[in-house]
Amino acid sequence: MGTGSQSLTQICRVLTPQLGPGGSVEPILRCFNLTDDSVTAGRGGAGRAPGGGGMAAAGTERLLRQAREVRDEELGQFCARASALLRTEEPGPEAVDALRRLFLIVAATKYGRKLEDECVDLLQTALGPPPRPEPLQLLCAAILRETAPRPGLSLSCDCVQSPRQLSLVASVLLAQGDRRQVRSVGQRVFQVLESRQPEGPSARPLLPVVSKVASLAPGSFREDQANLLSKRLADWLRYASVPQGPAPSGGFFTPRARQPGPVTEVDGAVATDFFTVLSTAQRATEDQWLNVQAFSMLRAWLQLGGPGAPDTDDRSEQEGSSLSVLSAAASTGRLLPPERLREKAFQYCQRLVEQSTRRALRRADADLQKACLVEAVLVLDVLCRQDPSFLYRTLSCLKALQARLNGDPACVRVLLPLAQFFLGHGEAAAVDAEAVCRQVFGRVPAEHFHSPMLAFEFVQFCRDSLPLLGRHLGLLRRSFPGLLQLLAWNSPALTAEFVALLPALVDASTAVELLHALLDLPCLTAALDLQLRLSPAASERPLWDASLRTASCPDASQDPQLQGRLQHLLRTEASGAPERLAPLYPLLQPMAGCARVLQCAEAVPTLLRAFFSAVTQFADGALTNQLARLLLERSDSLYPVPGYEARVHQCGLSASTWR
Amino acid sequence: MVHAFLIHTLRAPHAEDSGLCRVLYSCVFGAESSPDDPRPHGAERDRLLRKEQILAVARQAETMCRLQQQASGRPAADLQPQPSDEPVPLHEAPRGAFRLAAGDPFREPRTAVWLGVLSFGFALVLDAHENLLLAENTLRLLARLLLDHLRLLTPGTNLLLRADRIEGILTRFLPHGQLLFLNDQFVQSLEKEFSAALPR
Repeated sequence: MGTGSQSLTQICRVLTPQLGPGGSVEPILRCFNLTDDSVTAGRGGAGRAPGGGGMAAAGTERLLRQAREVRDEELGQFCARASALLRTEEPGPEAVDALRRLFLIVAATKYGRKLEDECVDLLQTALGPPPRPEPLQLLCAAILRETAPRPGLSLSCDCVQSPRQLSLVASVLLAQGDRRQVRSVGQRVFQVLESRQPEGPSARPLLPVVSKVASLAPGSFREDQANLLSKRLADWLRYASVPQGPAPSGGFFTPRARQPGPVTEVDGAVATDFFTVLSTAQRATEDQWLNVQAFSMLRAWLQLGGPGAPDTDDRSEQEGSSLSVLSAAASTGRLLPPERLREKAFQYCQRLVEQSTRRALRRADADLQKACLVEAVLVLDVLCRQDPSFLYRTLSCLKALQARLNGDPACVRVLLPLAQFFLGHGEAAAVDAEAVCRQVFGRVPAEHFHSPMLAFEFVQFCRDSLPLLGRHLGLLRRSFPGLLQLLAWNSPALTAEFVALLPALVDASTAVELLHALLDLPCLTAALDLQLRLSPAASERPLWDASLRTASCPDASQDPQLQGRLQHLLRTEASGAPERLAPLYPLLQPMAGCARVLQCAEAVPTLLRAFFSAVTQFADGALTNQLARLLLERSDSLYPVPGYEARVHQCGLSASTWR
Repeated sequence: MVHAFLIHTLRAPHAEDSGLCRVLYSCVFGAESSPDDPRPHGAERDRLLRKEQILAVARQAETMCRLQQQASGRPAADLQPQPSDEPVPLHEAPRGAFRLAAGDPFREPRTAVWLGVLSFGFALVLDAHENLLLAENTLRLLARLLLDHLRLLTPGTNLLLRADRIEGILTRFLPHGQLLFLNDQFVQSLEKEFSAALPR
């Protein structure tokens, strides 16, 4: 397509004759000055200049400002131009160009922009038949969504037959925030799905709409509709075609080029069983695509897709029920999905677990395998909660999986949903939940504290597991040192999460040691950094602070005393006996000024406040006084981070008022 | 499912004051249904709220990214596109997640997953209890597709005027906010479809 300036010229030529008396070219031209050429800035050579990124940012800033400064009259005239372009028989690149600019104008500001009614009507018309070029339709839908909610929208999906167009129209209607409209979209999509011909256009665009409708307005589908959809999903999950090489008898008259290729597993071997998201096909058939989509929406459908009372807002109930061990049916009064779908879902998950043992040829597929494992465990959890009779078969499958994954650091993120499954169903299935917890709490934080996503998920896991831990809560409490490693390394991201978790972590037996540990948090950060430097994991980039070059890392291994204290600092379980860490400070001194340590030091006062707030919930006066005194005493024997001592001292002074 | 996808600016980790965090593009998949408010200005207010919610997420993601960059000691030059044919190593790019409590800023509790690539931040706002591993993979995929097909590494291109291409990618790879379990073959298939439907 042409560059911005070329289309600008073309549009000017279209415009100029139509300007009335007194109308100046300037204001409209300014609309069209929203070119991306403003970014090139004549730098000539490649962008190695240090200011390169800055110039791109300046260009972006300028564009946004121009879009915001378009005045209402100018916008009105621009809408008229866009309308004229949309009205033509076959809107071309100029129309697309105009709509791109129109989208930017409405999207660039959080305040509403008035679009002329005629323009809005034309945008809506462009979404219906006859089909316009895709970029045009995408922009029309995007502009209508950007300006949503729009009362008085005449757009309706009643007459739209084509699944692709229906999906676009639906995206606009679902953005209006009107639950009745969401339901009617659901009804129309269901109609089109059911009435479509096998040789007709693909139903692919419609399944995500079904899923979105079910999530925005649960109960949008009647029982018979939901059952029919469940039946289809079950078929797509279990019976997607798996042609084995050249087609038999019927293939003589069908050209080879149109044969779907053989289905393989992610390691290249020929597929051994039914098609799943971990099966690869040269040219995917329609039902193979639907298999992918069906699995992608399966968990949400199992939980939300059933019929229910149409007018209750029970989404929050559903969120809660994904945590509870009670069966979903009992807690929501909603009918369970049909048994056939649940059975096929179970088989699918089992197959995924089996397929995940294969060694993927491509990295992206290896990543997908792990995501599939997580999903399989989550789906199995839902199935077992809905119907405990699945538990027996699930347990044997998942116990084997856990044994396999335990030694594999690449799969650590799958261990968390697994552990949560065992915690949730352990009582019913006589699983040693304590052993599971010990494995998870003992090793995972210490080995993976440097992974920001894992650190976040781990803390989420702790919070979500609280209702499930029951008598194992003590184990979580005793594991706080390991958890603090996650916090020490990722303090900006995890401080808020820890503040929420602290009340569960503190009890009378751990309070003193925990307070010491919180005060030593920046010291822990430095120690973790040192540990990473001395024994680097295999990673493409250094995990420690790359800007800090310590010429020679003092070697602690020579001094057993220092070694002992370092091990104490890096422990993963509460020891019950605090140790003085001051002898470590000289060793860790080089790290005292680095950014990660400073960030941690800044987070500590917040944590101390949360700690004392939690303590006062259960502690008697004696313990609280002891802790407040401890805080004051420690405030002059802290790891010397600039400004840290003053901050803690300040906390100590006000600690006595935190009752 | 995904509630929203956004692209925002990232400032250099050690820059003194180089402006505000800007949302360059956002797409919300289905509105949070508003409490019944038939008053005419309710629509304006709903839209304003939606834009501010997205901006709040962008700001927090940008802050998290900057802090993570500072903590790892990455030089500011990492934000500039290096003109080379090597693909940007997305697996090592700064990324993270944070929780959004109910009411702050969305009505429902949600989770945000973010990824920083050069001077762009990409983020997904997810319903609570989504498959974070899948979300992270999807975000990386979207970033790669956008970098490739919008040629974001080439000086002079600006994604602000490329909404149709962004929409074309989202329609295929994140339809209505549905996270898809796409293996490499399916991704390639969809990419071919996309290139055919929206040629450069």
